[in-house]
Amino acid sequence: MRSTPMAQETPRTAHLMWGRLTALGPLIALIALIALGAAINPTFLSVANLTNVLSRTAFIGIIAVGATLVIIAGGIDLSVGSMAAWIAGSMIIIMNRLVPATGTGWITILIGMAVGLLLGMAAGLVNGLVSTRGKIDAFIVTLGTMGIFRSLVTYFADGGTLSLNFGVRATYRPVFYGALLGIPIPVLVLIGVALLGGLLLNYTRFGRYCLAIGSNETVARYSAIPVDRIKTLTYVFQGLCVGIATILYVPRLGSASGTTGLLWELEAIASVIIGGTALKGGSGRIWSTVVGAIILSMIGNILNLTSAISQYLNGAVQGIIIIAAVLMQRGVRKGE
Amino acid sequence: MDSSDVLLEARGICKDYGPVRVLFDVDFSLRRGEVHALIGENGAGKSTLVKILCGLIPQTQGELTYKGQPWRPLGVSEAERQGVVMIHQEFNLAEDLTVEENIFLGRELRKGWLLDRRAMRRLSREILAELETDIDPTARVRDLSVSQKQMVEIAKAISRKADVIIMDEPTAVLTSHEVEILFKVIRRLVQSGVSIVYISHKLDEVKEISQRVTILRDGHRIATEPTEALSADEMAVRMVGRSLEDMFLPKTPPPEVQPVLTVRDVTVPGFAYHCSFELYRGEILGFAGLIGAGRTELFEGIFGLRPRAGGFVERAGRPVEIYSLKDAINCGMVYLSEDRKGKGLITLMELAPNLTLMSSVREAGFWLRRREELQELERAIGEYDIKAPSLRSLVAELSGGNQQKLALAKVMAIDPQVIVLDEPTRGIDVGTKQQIYQFIHDLAATGKSVVVISSEMQEIIGLCHRVVVMRSGRIAGVLSGDDITEEEIMLYATGVKGAA
Ligand SMILES: Nc1ncnc2c1ncn2[C@@H]1O[C@H](COP(=O)(O)OP(=O)(O)OP(=O)(O)O)[C@@H](O)[C@H]1O
Ligand SMILES: [Mg+2]
Repeated sequence: MRSTPMAQETPRTAHLMWGRLTALGPLIALIALIALGAAINPTFLSVANLTNVLSRTAFIGIIAVGATLVIIAGGIDLSVGSMAAWIAGSMIIIMNRLVPATGTGWITILIGMAVGLLLGMAAGLVNGLVSTRGKIDAFIVTLGTMGIFRSLVTYFADGGTLSLNFGVRATYRPVFYGALLGIPIPVLVLIGVALLGGLLLNYTRFGRYCLAIGSNETVARYSAIPVDRIKTLTYVFQGLCVGIATILYVPRLGSASGTTGLLWELEAIASVIIGGTALKGGSGRIWSTVVGAIILSMIGNILNLTSAISQYLNGAVQGIIIIAAVLMQRGVRKGE
Repeated sequence: MDSSDVLLEARGICKDYGPVRVLFDVDFSLRRGEVHALIGENGAGKSTLVKILCGLIPQTQGELTYKGQPWRPLGVSEAERQGVVMIHQEFNLAEDLTVEENIFLGRELRKGWLLDRRAMRRLSREILAELETDIDPTARVRDLSVSQKQMVEIAKAISRKADVIIMDEPTAVLTSHEVEILFKVIRRLVQSGVSIVYISHKLDEVKEISQRVTILRDGHRIATEPTEALSADEMAVRMVGRSLEDMFLPKTPPPEVQPVLTVRDVTVPGFAYHCSFELYRGEILGFAGLIGAGRTELFEGIFGLRPRAGGFVERAGRPVEIYSLKDAINCGMVYLSEDRKGKGLITLMELAPNLTLMSSVREAGFWLRRREELQELERAIGEYDIKAPSLRSLVAELSGGNQQKLALAKVMAIDPQVIVLDEPTRGIDVGTKQQIYQFIHDLAATGKSVVVISSEMQEIIGLCHRVVVMRSGRIAGVLSGDDITEEEIMLYATGVKGAA
C-alpha cells in the first residue's frame, strides 16, 4: 500500500504532558510534606527519624506493590491485612513447633519464612481462582476471605496472642531491626520488591497483559490473552508480597493476634490511589505507589512530632489527603 | 441563497492537537432543512470538525454561529439542550444500561419526583418501531450487536427534539435495508425543518440523501458543491486527489480440492443453528445476511469466543477442538471483530502494544521487546497506510478509519492461514477500501483463505468467490459464480428462497 509521510519527530501531544504531570504529582506532594515536616520540627529530618518512618512504611509499601498490580488488572484484594495476620500466626505456630527438632537457629526461621511465602501465594491463588473461575466479583471474594483469615488467626490464638519462642525471636530479630550499609533491612526489601514489581509491570508480557485486561477486558479476551490466568497470577503475586511483608513483621513484635495487620488493606489501597493509579484499572506506576505509602506513614510521623493537631486525627488527615489526591488527578485530567 | 437560511455556520476553523494542525481554516455552513454531506479520506478531519460543531472539543481558531448567535456550547449536554445532537462514530452508549435508559439518558421523563418508566418505554417502542427494528427496549446495550447499537444511537438522536443532527458514519455497519429505513427517517426529519450533517464513505448514499456536499482533504476544505453537480466518481477523485481504477479485481475462483476449514452442524445457542460450510484454499467466502442473522455470533462460536453446542470443525481435514481463541490461533485462524472499540483495540493504549497484543500471545518470551514492537509498528504503518500523529500516539488519537487499519494489522500480525474479517472496511474511505480489497485478493492469491462478513452488498458481490447467506441463525443458501447478485442474496436473506 502507499506510503505515508509521517511526522517522525512529532513530540507526543497533550496526553504525554498530562502523563508527566500526574506522574510527578505524588513526588511533589512528598517533597512538600518533607519540607513541612522539617519546618515543624528539626528532628523530623534526623537520620534516626527518617529510617524509622521508612522501616515502618515497608510493610504497607510491600503489600501496596502487589495491590498496584491487582488494581491495574482491574481487581481488588481486601484480604491482605487479615492474610498477613493469618500468615504471621501460622509462621509462629510452626516455628514454635519446630524448636524441639531444629532448635532456635536459622533453620527454624528459614522454614518459617518459606511457609510464610507459600501460604501467601496459596492464599492469593485461592482469591484468584475463586473470583475468576467462580465468576464472583473480587471485592466480594476477598471480603469473604478477609473474614476467614482474620477469624482463623483469632481461633489459633484462642482469642489471645500467639507468641514466638524467645530463643527464635532473638535470632530472628535482626531481620527487622538490622541494617546493611546503614540502610534498614525492611527498606532494602521494600526497594527490592518495588524493583521486582516495576520490572514485572513495565518489562514483561505479564505486565502488559495486566494493563490490557484492566483497560478493556473484552479486547484482551478477543486478543487471545489468558485473562483468567493473568488475573489469578496478580493475586498470587499479591499473596507473595503479603508473605514477604509478614516475614519482616514477625520479628518486629514476635507475636500475632486477631488485631495484627488491622486495616492494612485500606492503607495499601490508599497508597496505590495516592500514587495515582486509577481504581478502575488499566494504568498505574509502582514507584509512585511506594511514594504514596511513604506519604501516608509520614503524615502520622509529622503529627507525632507536632502538637498543633492531635495525633488522634491521623486518620482524618490521611483521609483528606486521599480525597485530595484523587481530586487533583481528576483536575489535571480535565484541564488537558 | 439567502443567508438567513443558514442555521449553523463555521468560519475559519483551525484545530491543533499539540503541535499538529489537523484542520486548516475550514468554512462550513448548514442551511435549515438540508442534508449536508461531509466527505473525505480517513483522517481528513471530518470527525474533528463535527466534534467542534457540537461542542465536544474546542476549536483553536475560528468562529461559530448558530441561529444567528455566536455559538460556544460548553460541552455536549448544553449543545443538546440548544438543539444540536450528534451520533458519534465511536458509540457513546452506556453499555450496562438498557436501550430505553440510553435513549432517554440525561433527559429522563418524570412524573413528580419519580421516573415515568411507562412513558419512556412507550416512547422508546415508538421510536424503535419507526426505525423498523425489533430491538427490545429493555435489553442491555452490552448484549446488542454492533449494528443494533448503531440503531440505538440513531434512535437516541432522533428522539431528542433537535434542530441539527450530526451523523458521523451512521451507516458503516448497516445493511442496505436499514440504510433505506434511516433515509426514510431523515427525509421526514428534513421535511419538518431539521438540518442534518451527514458523514459517510459510501458515496452513493451521499448522492442519494444529500443536497450539498463538502469535501475535506488533509484538513483543508477542497470544495462545497450542490450534490447534483458531482457524480460519485467525481467525489471520490476529488477527495482522494487521484483517480480511482476499478474497485474490484477480476475473480479467480480456486479449485475446490480440499477444504482448509470444514464446519459441520455448529450451533451457537441463541444465535446460530446447525450451520455447515466449507472454506477452500485460496478462497474468499462471503457471509451475507440482514442484521441479526447471526453471522458474527456463528464465527465467535467457531473461534471459541462464545459457547457452542454440538457440531464439529475440521481444519485441513483434521478435526480440531477449539475452546478458546488461543486454540483457534494455534490452528492458524484469526478473527477480526466488527466491534473495533469494544473488542478490537484498547483505545487508551499506544499503537505498538495494541498491534502486538495478539501476536505476542504465541511467543514464548517472558520479557517485552519494545524496540521490535516499534519496528513492527513502523512496518504496519507503511504496509497498511496508517496515518498516526506519531509512533507513540494513543489509539484514541487516530481517526476511525485508521483505527480500523490498525485492527486489521493486529490480526494479520500472527500470519494466519484462515482469516475471518467481520466488516473489514467499516469506516474506511474509498481509496483505502480499494487497497484493502486488493490486499484481501492478494491473500487469497497466495493460498490463504478469507471469510468476509459484510453488510455491504457491493463488497460481497465484487470480492467473494462464493457467498453464504444467513437468515435468522440458519444458512439459507450458498451462491457462487453468476448467481452472486444483489437480488439473489436478498431473496435468501429475506426468506423468499431457501430453507429457513
Ligand atoms: N485526540 C487527538 N490527538 C491528536 N490527534 C488527533 C486526535 N484526534 C484526532 N487526531 C488526528 O486528527 C486527524 C483528523 O482526524 P478525524 O478523526 O477528524 O478524521 P476523519 O476525517 O473523521 O477520519 P475517518 O474517516 O477515518 O473517521 C487525524 O490525523 C487524527 O490522527
Ligand atoms: Mg471520523
